[in-house]
Parts: sequence; structure tokens; C-alpha cells
Amino acid sequence: MKAIKGDWVEIEKVILEADERVAKLPEDTKIVPLISYVQGFLEKSSNVGDEASIISVIGRRHIGTLVNRKPKFTHHYGQPIQELLTIGRELNAILHEETGGDSHND
Amino acid sequence: MKRLEGIPITTNLYQAIIQEKNEIIKSSLGIDFLKYKFDQIGFNYDQMMNHYSYSIDKIRDIQNSNKVGNTPLVEMKNINKLISKISKKGYGAKIFIKDEACNPSGSFKDRRASLSIHQAKEKGYEGVVCATSGNFGAAVASQAAMHGLKAIIIQEVFDSNKVGQPEILEKSRACASYGAEVIQLTVGPELFFTFLSTLKETGYFNASLYSPLSIAGVETLGYEIAEECQTRFNQFPDAVIVTNAGGGNVTGTARGLIKAGASNTQVIGASVDLKGLHMASDQDFNRKSFTTGHTGFGIPFSINPDRVDVPFSAARPLRYLDRYVLISQGEVFYTTEMLAQLEGMERGPAGNTSLTAAISLAKEMRSDQIIVVQETEYTGAGKHPTAQLTFAKENGVKIMRGNPENNIPGENIIIPENISQLSIKDVDLDYLRGSFINFKVNNKMDKVELTDSEIKFLSDETKWSIDRVKTFLF
Repeated sequence: MKAIKGDWVEIEKVILEADERVAKLPEDTKIVPLISYVQGFLEKSSNVGDEASIISVIGRRHIGTLVNRKPKFTHHYGQPIQELLTIGRELNAILHEETGGDSHND
Repeated sequence: MKRLEGIPITTNLYQAIIQEKNEIIKSSLGIDFLKYKFDQIGFNYDQMMNHYSYSIDKIRDIQNSNKVGNTPLVEMKNINKLISKISKKGYGAKIFIKDEACNPSGSFKDRRASLSIHQAKEKGYEGVVCATSGNFGAAVASQAAMHGLKAIIIQEVFDSNKVGQPEILEKSRACASYGAEVIQLTVGPELFFTFLSTLKETGYFNASLYSPLSIAGVETLGYEIAEECQTRFNQFPDAVIVTNAGGGNVTGTARGLIKAGASNTQVIGASVDLKGLHMASDQDFNRKSFTTGHTGFGIPFSINPDRVDVPFSAARPLRYLDRYVLISQGEVFYTTEMLAQLEGMERGPAGNTSLTAAISLAKEMRSDQIIVVQETEYTGAGKHPTAQLTFAKENGVKIMRGNPENNIPGENIIIPENISQLSIKDVDLDYLRGSFINFKVNNKMDKVELTDSEIKFLSDETKWSIDRVKTFLF
């Protein structure tokens, strides 16, 4: 995919290769590189996968592999969680039940 | 994917940056921490905390002029009624919440960021850098925006497949919304390396979570709680419950309570129990549904507070904790629903950790006693039980109603079936104190005996008497 100069894009760069990472790491982390992702305005039209230079929102230059043109927010509210949906009703039932003399502090 | 030319970061450079740590911290914070060090393991905490000499009144002025603080202290009327129904006669303390979500970026972290940004502006820095799991980044970015400073937020966001939890992604979005540059990293403690490199490269101010400024900013929270309880109820709170992660929330709040005269108020820390999940594990990273306020920070940061981005952390929870309790993930989600549906306050979920513990504690305490839960946080897409639990399900974590005692972090999340199932597990604080001392002593450079000043230091750090420290050591 082609990104045009000035597009808001995301770049990726390897900060430390797996064999350059600190010694005390769990096995699963030790075998993968440390990677950073930064977003900014593309300085020169490029394709995804190319080396690219960007200017971040505060004006700093970062260089890395272009991975995303116009990146999206991917997080959301998920879906209603059935296990949570009746909690309000259950608690209200206790709150409003006839207590006789059971409630000490009212 | 290959390392690109022009950025030759090698292991040697990594070590070089780490070796420059003290110099980088000194120039980016304006404190020579080493001047507070004495003997082999000691450092003068009180002198360090007075380094910037801001009085509590001055801090309040700074915060008020930046829209921070004076948040409402509200009674949990319906939750308190429920607690009285399930408590023994004469028991069921009243819970009040400090609604910290009312701060400009939506959490108590605005207090923590405010002094750093004030200092950075006064000293003429062009920008600030911070390393954070989230809310603090938004607070730094928000305060920086008010002062026209640039902000760089460095965040651990993704596993090696570039999958991030919704809660963390939302916190990244929040930082960006205040105009910050966000550097998103994959899992690993080398975040610290990126942080130091960025400070060195930019010459910006170090808005550390653990500097004296950051902790002093939280003191107003404890101070406001004590002051308002005294005015409204003619007494200080009997207990204040504080969500505990890196220890700064506990430390600052307790110091504020003491400054207001509430020295007898019990300070209780609460964390979500994530036992069994390794915090630096790429695979465990997305199997937890809380990204802060949990034992992955709470326990190691108590035993060794000086594992942070400053040589001596100003956050020292063992100096202030009277009690430390744990609750499970499912219990916090349950309580988050309770707060929304009985009190009409949609907050959290991570900020409801201490409220969850408060409900169990209230049952143990007399009905004429007052518990203050000292925080809430904003909620929204990503930072919501539905988002976190949908993500957990997608990652193979089972969600079910049941007895939360059966929860296994990373495998299941058990939502209580009944309010009576909310319970707390006490952490043995003396065990943590002993571990703290062992850690300090084992890291000594040579075998020379501790000086009297060092023993006094260990006593202050652990709230143990000098005799008890000596008995433990010899």
C-alpha cells in the first residue's frame, strides 16, 4: 500500500534484537526482539514495508519500517458480558427486600 | 524485519546508556540523588523529600491553578445499606469515596504529574518524558498541554504479535489526545533503556512516577481526606484504603494524612492478586485483565522500591502501610457493576480495587467507623469491564459466576454470585519487611557490619523497632 507524503502513519523499529536483550528475562520474552511503534506524518511518499521517516506530533523525527497508513484505534467496548448483566438486579433485590429488624444501621 | 541503518543500538550501547543512568537522571530531574546516600545501604529519605521544599499549601495552590484536586468525597449510601444488611449487629463501617475521576485527565495521577510539570516549566525545560503503564501518561500529557510543554510518553503496550489489551490501548489514545508523542513498546523491562535514551536525546525533564515531586503531589489527596472528614464528621477517617502498585499512592496519601494530623488513621493497601503471572513474560502479558494495581507491581516494589527510574524511589510503601490486602479480578468487576448500578457512578475498573477491598473491611469494622476509598478513575472504550472481559474471553480466559476463592489468574475470572463472597486475603507485611531487609543487606558491596545509622534506616523503612531489626539481622 502506498502512503503519500504528509499521511498520518505508523512505523516500527527494532530497539533490541532477541540476542541483545537483558539476561534476566522469561524464556518466551528472551526469544523475541524489543520493538517500538511510533506514529507521525510521513516525510516522503513510501510503501508499507519500506524504510520511512516520520515527524511526530511534537515535531521529532523517527525512522523505521512503515507498517500502517492511517492507523485505526482498534480497542472498543467489547460485547455485553452475560455474567455481569444481572448483578445490578441481584443487588437491588437485597437492598429493597423487606428486612424486618435485620438492618442495623438505617 | 531488520534493524535499520542509522540507529545502531547495540548491547554495548545499551550498557553505555545504563552506565550513564545517574548523570542522565541528575540532569533531567535536577537532583543529585547520590548526595542523600550514606554508608553502604542507607539514604536520607526525609532530606530527599524536602529537596524541592514545596509546602502542602504551595502544592495545593499549584494543583488548584491547574484544575487538579478538591475532588468530591461522596458517601456510598446504597452500598453502605447493603453492607449493613450483611454485617453482624453493630458492624458495617460507612464507606466514602474520593472521586478522583473528577481530575482533568480522569485519575489521581494528575496530582502526581502536576508538580513535575510545574517544575519543568519553571526551570525552562522544553518538554517532559515519562515511562508508565498508563493513567500517569495521560496525566503528564494533560498537565504538559496546559503549560505548552511537549510530552513524550513511553508505554509497554503490545506482546510480540502486536496484540495489546484494550485498557492499555485506551491509555495510549488518551495520551495522544492531549497532544503527546506516544512510543509504544513490546513487553520487557528494557523500556527503561528507551526512557533513558529519550531523556538523553531530548534533554527534556524526567517526569518520573517515583521522584519526590511525584509523591509530594499525592500528599494533598491524604490531606484533603483528613481535612474534609474532620470538618464534616468531626473525626478523621478510621481507615483509608489505597490501591497499591508501585507504592506511590500509598506513600503520598499516608504522608498527607500525617501532615493533616490524622496519624492514627489506618492506612490499608489493596492490590488485585495476579499470583502466577510473570510481569515480563510475553505470553502472560495479555492473560491479565488488570494492567496496574496488582501484585505484579505491589509485592516486588514493596520488597525493593529502588527498581525504578530514579536511584532512590520516593515511593516507600513499607514505611506507611498498616495492612495490605488482596482481592481477585472477578471481585473488582463485580464491584464495578455495583458502583454503577447502586450508586450511579460508572468508573474504573482498575480504580475500584480499593473499593472492592473496602466492602469486606467494612464488615469487620463497627458501624460508627468511617472508611475512605481514596480513588476512582475514568472509564470508557477499552477501559471498561465489557472490554476487558471480552478480550479475556478471546484469549482463552474462562469467565464464570462462582466463588472467587477458586480463581486462578490467567486461567479464569470468577465473578462472585453474592456480595457475601467478597473477601480479602491479608499479605504478611512482616514477611515483606524481612524480605526488604534481606534484599538490602544481600546487595551490600562488602561484608562490613551495618552502621547504627543503617540500622536506624532499616527501622524507618520497615516500621520495625531497632531491636526487632537487630534480632532479625543477627
